[in-house]
Amino acid sequence: MKVLLLAEHDNSVLNEATARAASAALAIGEVDVLVAGENCASVAQSAATLSGIGKVLLADSPPFANQMAEPVADLLLELSGPYDAIIAAATTNGKNILPRVAALLDVMQISEIVEVVSPDTFVRPVYAGNALQKLRSDEAKKIITVRPTAFEPVASGADAPIEDISSNVSNDKSSFVGEALTDDSRVDLATAKTVISGGRAFGSKEKFEELLFPLAQKLGAAIGASRAAVDAEFAPNDCQVGQTGKVVAPDLYIAVGISGAIQHVAGMKDARTIVAINSDEDAPIFQIADYALVADLFEAVPELTSKL
Amino acid sequence: MKVLVPLKRVVDFNVNIRLKADGSGVDKTNVKMSMNPFDEIALEEAVRLKEAGKADEVIAVSIGVEKGQDILRTALACGADRAILVIAEEDVEPLNIAKILAAIVAEEKPELVLMGKQAIDNDCNQSGQMLAALLGWGQGTFASKIELADDAIQVTREVDAGLQTIKVNLPAIVTADLRLNTPRYATLPNIMKAKKKPLDITTPDKLGVEVRQRLTILETVEPPVRQPGIRVTSVAELVDRLKNEAGVL
Ligand SMILES: Cc1cc2nc3c(=O)[nH]c(=O)nc-3n(C[C@H](O)[C@H](O)[C@H](O)COP(=O)(O)OP(=O)(O)OC[C@H]3O[C@@H](n4cnc5c(N)ncnc54)[C@H](O)[C@@H]3O)c2cc1C
Ligand SMILES: Nc1ncnc2c1ncn2[C@@H]1O[C@H](COP(=O)(O)O)[C@@H](O)[C@H]1O
Repeated sequence: MKVLLLAEHDNSVLNEATARAASAALAIGEVDVLVAGENCASVAQSAATLSGIGKVLLADSPPFANQMAEPVADLLLELSGPYDAIIAAATTNGKNILPRVAALLDVMQISEIVEVVSPDTFVRPVYAGNALQKLRSDEAKKIITVRPTAFEPVASGADAPIEDISSNVSNDKSSFVGEALTDDSRVDLATAKTVISGGRAFGSKEKFEELLFPLAQKLGAAIGASRAAVDAEFAPNDCQVGQTGKVVAPDLYIAVGISGAIQHVAGMKDARTIVAINSDEDAPIFQIADYALVADLFEAVPELTSKL
Repeated sequence: MKVLVPLKRVVDFNVNIRLKADGSGVDKTNVKMSMNPFDEIALEEAVRLKEAGKADEVIAVSIGVEKGQDILRTALACGADRAILVIAEEDVEPLNIAKILAAIVAEEKPELVLMGKQAIDNDCNQSGQMLAALLGWGQGTFASKIELADDAIQVTREVDAGLQTIKVNLPAIVTADLRLNTPRYATLPNIMKAKKKPLDITTPDKLGVEVRQRLTILETVEPPVRQPGIRVTSVAELVDRLKNEAGVL
């Protein structure tokens, strides 16, 4: 089996999700990596270090600058010929682009796999992770997105060849207008070893930040949030952890003032150690917490920060 | 301009699902079914476009069992003008959904399809992107804000690093994320009025679409359960255990 893995990046840095998706891809077959972007040679160089891969294809051209789905899908379609599988990490880009490729190839995509059983059989969560589905695809080409937290990143240190590819793909359907990115000096939520998430109970953005930021700073932790906290604008959208937000699997996850709805739990139940602080002793979050502290967060969080 | 809104009938988001013991799937007997939450949001946005005079007609469509009429009636009560039910098995795969929707688009010629980003049962997050590909249209997925102009739609998207704004030429597909709006409830008078709105029933056959499932589900099982943890009585005990027991500090 030959696999083409679409790299996740921002034109300057290769996202760690790619090294994780590469693990899944290597369990399926021989892997080439596609870096599509603009002025993204440094990304191709990082991709070339991923252990086990064959080569890096570099498509450096303006239509790919912002990972717009239409041109990147057309490019993947153009390159798909020799490949038996096309894979991407289940990032917002991967989720946006790959189903488009699948439909153009007339195959069904397999979304967010968490296990490769064999090159045609995979496991994926459904119903917010309340069930695991094992399924087989007999499609001529497998189109797959990979949940990064379910796979270890491959090591780096290799020196794969980089091949420039030229493509005539253009985009007459959509255009990039702008972006409002959240401060990238924060610890990255998707890959953090420690995550502290806050919920509706904080009551305001001011309290959310006043209480959680110093604790996060002491722990070197990333900040997460429940949907309710994001809806109330205590935290930006990219902090949402859950079924339809980010899935995280840190060593330590601290849920503060979060009830533990299944949609939230879906995004964090694979953390190694879970701590929950909640004033309601019957809060569902306590059913999955390794350490449960029944307490008022407005007292417990400052105390925790001061004791560290 | 016409807006098409595809709606899926799914197990209600508040239900704790049970799996059948033989691994054949989710037990849906006597389980509360509802409109997929993201589709409620898509519908609300379409109705708001109509109320703002930017859309002339909102057509709701659902693919699935006979009972799908229930969510379509709800959609009509929430402001859709008419509805189409395409009778099919439950759990038709997204590629088939996209093909059926493409056939409906060919008949109805909407300029905008507003749909959910993800069905909360299969968690596939595919149908909108696939439909856009089949139609050769542009796509604005995971929308938290839209602005309709004459020949394009500006879409603010929830992406991993924050928010991205793009412009998609019409006709286009937009998929709704959670913060696009807060959907209204159907009021009793509107539920009564909705009974008189047209609801057509068709089949994939009549639309010229062959439904062929591509993936074979081998089994559906429970995820591993976490061992129950312990209650700590103080912040000091918590810190101590995190340091000395869990080794994470
Ligand atoms: C389609 C769909 C998708 C969704 N996706 C997600 C998702 O991805 N992520 C997500 O998180 N949610 C998601 N949700 C929402 C989810 O169902 C819950 O509504 C949400 O997680 C609740 O957030 P919360 O726990 O902060 O708020 P609440 O449920 O209101 O819980 C607040 C908690 O704080 C506790 N509390 C109150 N005061 C204090 C205090 N002083 N000290 C300590 N504790 C206190 C309360 O006991 C309570 O348990 C989704 C819902 C739908 C319908
Ligand atoms: N059976 C269906 N009937 C109507 N619309 C559907 C159906 N299945 C999926 N959709 C639409 O496609 C979106 C994404 O679904 P999915 O790709 O299955 O996650 C949903 O939010 C709906 O808007």
